[in-house]
Amino acid sequence: MRLSQLKVGEKGTVKEFTDLEMSVKLMEMGCLPGEEVRVERIAPLGDPIAINVAGYQLSLRKREASTIVLM
Amino acid sequence: MKTDLRIALTGNPNTGKSTLFNVLTGLNQKIGNFPGVTIDKKVGYCNLPDGRTAEIVDLPGTYSLYPKSRDESIVFSVLADQNNELRPDLVIVILDATNLKRNLLLYTQVADLKIPVIVALNMMDMAKKADINIDVDAFATKLGVPVVPISARKTEGIDQLKQAICFANKIALQQESIDIDALAPQLISHIKQEIGIDNSYFALQLAHQHETLTFLTSAQNSRIKELEAEFGFHSQKAQGAETITRYNFINDLLYDTVTQKVTAEDETLSNRIDKVLTHKIFGFVIFLGILLFMFQAIFAWSAYPMGLISDGFVWLQSNLHHYLPAGPLTNLLVDGVVAGLSGVMVFIPQIAILFAFISILEDTGYMSRVTFMMDKIMRKVGLNGKSVVPLIGGFACAVPSIMSTRTIENWKDRMITIMVTPLVTCSARLPVYTLLISLVVPNKNIWWVFNMQGLALTAMYLLSLVSAVVVAWVMKHLLKARERGYFIMELPVYRMPRWGNVARSMFDRAKTFVLQAGKVIIAVSVILWVLASYGPGKRMANIEQKYQQPQYISLQKLAPDSVRRMKASDKLENSYAGMLGHVIEPVIKPLGFDWKIGIALITSFAAREVFVGTMATMYSVNGDAEKMESVQQKMHSAKNTQTGEPVFTLAVAMSLMMFYAFAMQCASTVAVVYRETKDWRWPAAQFAYMTVLAYLASIITYNILK
Repeated sequence: MRLSQLKVGEKGTVKEFTDLEMSVKLMEMGCLPGEEVRVERIAPLGDPIAINVAGYQLSLRKREASTIVLM
Repeated sequence: MKTDLRIALTGNPNTGKSTLFNVLTGLNQKIGNFPGVTIDKKVGYCNLPDGRTAEIVDLPGTYSLYPKSRDESIVFSVLADQNNELRPDLVIVILDATNLKRNLLLYTQVADLKIPVIVALNMMDMAKKADINIDVDAFATKLGVPVVPISARKTEGIDQLKQAICFANKIALQQESIDIDALAPQLISHIKQEIGIDNSYFALQLAHQHETLTFLTSAQNSRIKELEAEFGFHSQKAQGAETITRYNFINDLLYDTVTQKVTAEDETLSNRIDKVLTHKIFGFVIFLGILLFMFQAIFAWSAYPMGLISDGFVWLQSNLHHYLPAGPLTNLLVDGVVAGLSGVMVFIPQIAILFAFISILEDTGYMSRVTFMMDKIMRKVGLNGKSVVPLIGGFACAVPSIMSTRTIENWKDRMITIMVTPLVTCSARLPVYTLLISLVVPNKNIWWVFNMQGLALTAMYLLSLVSAVVVAWVMKHLLKARERGYFIMELPVYRMPRWGNVARSMFDRAKTFVLQAGKVIIAVSVILWVLASYGPGKRMANIEQKYQQPQYISLQKLAPDSVRRMKASDKLENSYAGMLGHVIEPVIKPLGFDWKIGIALITSFAAREVFVGTMATMYSVNGDAEKMESVQQKMHSAKNTQTGEPVFTLAVAMSLMMFYAFAMQCASTVAVVYRETKDWRWPAAQFAYMTVLAYLASIITYNILK
């Protein structure tokens, strides 16, 4: 299961990343393995998405969300 | 100013860092550049309770010491480089108490540089509301540094923070957070030894960032590269490992010191606002509504102060002419320098209002929602959600807008944004369009409500947006990407704008604009004045002699004004500028322009708004943009001397507007593009493509309408 596959309101826990470069940037922003993420909303045109992670809202593109593997 | 202590203020974006900076320094601050780079540096002064004065440097907000944009890269240099002229004695790390986990990452990195640190725990009031309970004493003990709970917006805890600054240690006493040396043991010890530094984290950061740091010598740089290869150092993997270790430390720390009541997940206010503002339909409707209101305000609210400023300058010019002895020096000062200054100053109200809006939109958190909504569309044409801000700003002025592209991390997206922003109809094109439209478009209503002149102006604005999008799309295919594009951005919770910050941003931006654009505009207007006032050989003297002849003397008694105008017109035609006009006439003839328009085109390359003034001189009107009515009348009745046909036909006026829509006629923009790209090829390429577009658009328009 990838983060990009979640629907609005659904939750998941980060397991690992498929892309090293992206993982470094995401982890800096508090999106690490073991963190719970929740999809808050999707932009009007379907991309990017906004997720709740580490107690705040983070927006990222679907392509980036697809590098996040959920447990 | 001589100070006793230098303090750097650092923290994540959206933590209230600039509010704290303003609270600590009051009005006692100044803006400059960080040494060697064009990144805005804010420095302020703060009187401490023990009588000392502290100099406070506001560093750009960043999530970590690993920079993602140009502005962020300065933070590490200032904090770590021993020889940096701004190296602080003390760092205040500001943490958002409602969002401690992510905020603490930067703290642990800064603390590991072993500079004395104080933590300012901001937004304590919000944390209480959210039922977040922080054991501040335990927190401080675990970190080993003073922790002061504050609320910068409500100015709570500021005195305690100042006390803590007074009692701050000269040496760093913070607890170790993670074992840095374990991350790359041999590499770190070799770098420490060979570069001659004693801090492990500094050494590790050198390994990561050495290619972009300016304070390393090239020998040091290549030695670090060799060491990296020798010990098999992989920057991204090492950074990932470090981040995970730091968050482990942070999780432990928060587990022991912070409790949050688990409440039923009720919708936060911010989420409810987002449901409306990022709604599929309302989201865009509201955004459009805000934009429309902004333009209305920029034009409507600025009209009165702009009138005052230009009246003031007219008054100043006539007085200077009156009281200073007549001569070339006075003319240079009054008609060159002061006239050039007034051209800059008159835009202050528009720029101030634009930046008031931008800072309100940013302060409330709405701008990041716009970025969020627009990213997909913008990406299709090679831009980025973050390009929306400079493009909107471009309606007022390309200069500050190009400066605001620094928030775009991706190099290619940023370059394309810089390249297309000057196409957007800026406020300097407005007087040109108004003048030309009023000449050829009838002031009539069609379909009851739509005024034809208003429609023509709207069409010019829309055309500019379409052309920016098309050019961006073309450049997307021409430019090679340097790195992968990504879009990972915090959506801060909505907050009320801080009016003090808004006012300060208006003031700061207007000042920066006047100082930076002003220099260029004054220089160019002096050159133009010289070109327009002097001619080769004895031409000017001959004109003087011509008007000394008896028939002119007698005419002068009857109509002194008209003789003066004829003389000015004659002089202009024989000046260097006039000759230039004649030289380029063959080139611009296919566009329907004569040599007089040619002069206006040349002078407009300094700044577009010069057009009206040049036209005024050209068609022998005594005055400036103030006497728009009469410029209009003169241009309207201007006849081609050979054919007797009017000069400003629909075809000529439209062709001229097309030229102004596309041509890069702004010296300040050229200068700022160079400053931002640090390479003359960018402004040169921009100038070239815009001139070609302008020429083509004009020639096509003229030939269709002829």
